[in-house]
Amino acid sequence: MHYLSAHEIRDLIRKKEVTAEEVTIKTLERIKEVDDKVNAYLEVFEDAVDSAKEIDKKIAQGEDIKDLAGIPMAIKDNICMKGRKTTCASKILENFVSPYDATVVERLKENGAVIVGRLNMDEFAMGSSTENSAFKKTKNPYDLERVPGGSSGGSAAAVAAGEAYYTLGSDTGGSIRQPASLCGVVGFKPTYGRVSRYGLVAFASSLDQIGPFTRDVEDAALVLNAICGKDSKDSTSADVNVEDFTTYLNKSLKGVKVGLPKEYFGEGIDDGVKKELEKAIALLKDLGVEIKEISLPMSQYALAVYYILSSSEASSNLARFDGIRYGVRAKDFEDVVDLYVKSRSQGFGNEVKRRIMLGTYALSSGYYDAYYKKALKVKTLIINEFKKAFEDVNLIISPTSPSVAFKFGEKADDPLKMYLSDICTVPVNIAGLPAVSIPAGLSDNLPVGLQIIGNYFKEGEIISLAHGIEKALSLNLRPNL
Amino acid sequence: MDFEAVIGLEIHAELSTKSKIFCSCTTEFGKDANTHCCPVCLGLPGALPVLNKSVVDYAIKAGLALNCSINKETYMARKNYFYPDAPKNYQITQHETPLCSEGYIEIETEEGVKRIGIQRIHIEEDAGKALHEGESSLIDFNRSGVPLIEIVTKPDMRSPKEARMFFEKLRSILLYTEVSDCKMQEGSLRCDANVSVRPKGSTEFGVKTEIKNMNSFKALEKALEYEIERQINAIKNGERIVQETRRWDEAKGQTIVMRSKEEAHDYRYFPEPDMVYLKLNDEWIEGIRKTMPELPDEKKKRYIEEFGLPEYDANIITTSKELAAFFEEAVNIGGNPKTISNWIMGEVLRILNDREMEIKDVKFTSKDLVKLISLVEKGTISNTIAKKVFVEMFETGKDPEKIVEEKGLVQITDEGAIRDIVNKVLDENPQSVADFKNGKTKAVGFIVGQVMKASKGKANPQMVNKLVEEELLKR
Repeated sequence: MHYLSAHEIRDLIRKKEVTAEEVTIKTLERIKEVDDKVNAYLEVFEDAVDSAKEIDKKIAQGEDIKDLAGIPMAIKDNICMKGRKTTCASKILENFVSPYDATVVERLKENGAVIVGRLNMDEFAMGSSTENSAFKKTKNPYDLERVPGGSSGGSAAAVAAGEAYYTLGSDTGGSIRQPASLCGVVGFKPTYGRVSRYGLVAFASSLDQIGPFTRDVEDAALVLNAICGKDSKDSTSADVNVEDFTTYLNKSLKGVKVGLPKEYFGEGIDDGVKKELEKAIALLKDLGVEIKEISLPMSQYALAVYYILSSSEASSNLARFDGIRYGVRAKDFEDVVDLYVKSRSQGFGNEVKRRIMLGTYALSSGYYDAYYKKALKVKTLIINEFKKAFEDVNLIISPTSPSVAFKFGEKADDPLKMYLSDICTVPVNIAGLPAVSIPAGLSDNLPVGLQIIGNYFKEGEIISLAHGIEKALSLNLRPNL
Repeated sequence: MDFEAVIGLEIHAELSTKSKIFCSCTTEFGKDANTHCCPVCLGLPGALPVLNKSVVDYAIKAGLALNCSINKETYMARKNYFYPDAPKNYQITQHETPLCSEGYIEIETEEGVKRIGIQRIHIEEDAGKALHEGESSLIDFNRSGVPLIEIVTKPDMRSPKEARMFFEKLRSILLYTEVSDCKMQEGSLRCDANVSVRPKGSTEFGVKTEIKNMNSFKALEKALEYEIERQINAIKNGERIVQETRRWDEAKGQTIVMRSKEEAHDYRYFPEPDMVYLKLNDEWIEGIRKTMPELPDEKKKRYIEEFGLPEYDANIITTSKELAAFFEEAVNIGGNPKTISNWIMGEVLRILNDREMEIKDVKFTSKDLVKLISLVEKGTISNTIAKKVFVEMFETGKDPEKIVEEKGLVQITDEGAIRDIVNKVLDENPQSVADFKNGKTKAVGFIVGQVMKASKGKANPQMVNKLVEEELLKR
């Protein structure tokens, strides 16, 4: 039962074959059973059973319930839930309890979601392995010696290990898609502005986007239905009609034009990854998809642009964590400046400090034009290049991650090596486009992810293609836990 | 060598919007600490700002009133600095793209009308307020997120007096347009000054200092006077002026160094990524232009042309929107504009200044003033009595006709009655009569005074004058 999809659980609940309470209890048991090994959760909400009972009551009273009602799920620990801690896996927020719900949490609650816990992540979503968590190391369920990817490592591992039917993560440079790829699950990053960021602790405001981790594409469509849409509390959220994404399932793919950017299949991509992708692409041709090689040369600058823009914004976004109003305050200090310095020195981990310094430097007077302003200009070039590509093709396929899951410590001491993990995902955030990572197969018994990038607000088209590939491959991956 | 000062002002005005700039919390002043706060204005993790449209409306209104051009595409920016009263450790403001730019205000100097340029007006959020109690510091975030406009002038003022006149005129315009309540004591209007000196005739700028903490018009003028003198003396003594920020210490009557340029912040401005560009169309701007009230300069011109007021009177009456409204009401009721103006310029403003009150605080109405004036014009009371009635009216708000009636202040115009009093006074003052006969005409004044006193001021003064002379000549 732990490996059923959310829509299968929904059907069981509707058919009254199980109750929401039973499913929730089973999920909590599963967490107890495997999370000592996986370490996906930072906190498990035992009282989740109460909200499951509420759903059962509604069903008993004959009320119509939504798709996600009664289904256990969990949330990356950078999304605020009223009355719960939101730590961003950082010591500086170790004791912070949010007094309000993020808009996505509000929407999930309206949909009857049963939230069972908070999930581990790289501190403030900065990292690609979840090794930067101040609290614990989340393991890859396929190989406990290996990382789950990051920064939403807990969200990916929980779904892969059957510890939740779906989870939410956030994606600033690949933080949903890369761990989804490494853990063999579906990870969807919607168009920038599709999902309200209100209540998501900001890392890089212009790039952050919340999205789901699911077992299959249909579930991704269900979760997107629940969380997408304009929010008056987020001025950057887009006022674009949200269609029922499930209507994009089971579509014919005949005549769909897919571009393969040659730069995304070149140097630095592991052969095992390429091989699995080639197999999947071959199947697509059988389904009538037109495959075309394209070129996105500007993408090579995306990583540089990303580290300037995201770090600049982060240096400012993270300024509020100073030990004055909330969070952890250093014990001994001389004056207010000392209080800032000590609280922040003790409270932030190395990677966060590195990015704050990088961003502070990039925004400094005298350097602003050479770094920040120039990065914005290159961002525009990257956007234009994608726009042009989408004049010729409907969708773009690439690897999600250049490699399968790597071992703990393998890249931790070399930030640049770690940053390259996001080489295929980062350009998508720079352009603000929607993209998904779906499982494409196994290489050395480790999951390989395939990324599908769509045009702005064309999540539906991505779902159609992803669903087609998923059906054609029918992988049904499961870790050996 | 003769020096001249170069002064530019930076003014912060809190806008009179009901809610804060990025959330729906109220802007009300003086409530219990930290009761008007939410995740947004507390800068909690995950909270996002959403621009309050009426803040833009108010700022455009200010821009139009100050003859600025309104920039149709602008964006907010972050100004990064660590300070405990700034909950996000950055302020959301505008940097490269202010909402309004290139305006001016005209002031009346002794040399004539002078135009003071406005470089820019931008919108931004206010910070919280730190309160220091012994060892600890407390922060009240009720003010955090209250909308402000910052108005930056060009360095066009050449004396503390000009700076004061500019600031007074600006305040008057902001009050007229109801953009801000401009309460300096509550901090809703604050002024900083940049000042430098240079040899008269020079076109280059000297090194400037920035002066903060001037909480009144008087403080502005005094602080500038002090600072200009300090700079001139320093130069004369061969010292260099250092670019620095100084604080006006009212008690000491000095400006005191706060921080030098080396300690100045690098604010690392960049576009606020949590917000979208602010785009305005002509319709929006024209819609606001239509709501613009008549401004002081237009009003003044009209008072001179329509009512024949002297420029000086028109200037003073139009300084305050409420005073102008009081004046116009009185005129509309049917008073003579010049007489009303005389009363306002004289008794009304005198008593208001004495009591440190404003016209909106008085108990009597413009109708009462017109009645009082007509009592004088009809000869029911004399001017002297009218002034007494006015004080009574001011204290109690009573109808002047009632006051006159109750206190029996009706003027005595009965010639026989006045002649009786005159003769009585002459009888009691033989020395004055003798003086008069010896050619000392001063004696007349004394006797008239005594007669007025004997009639408790009620005797018609013209008649008293006439009858005193007649009776004296008879003796």
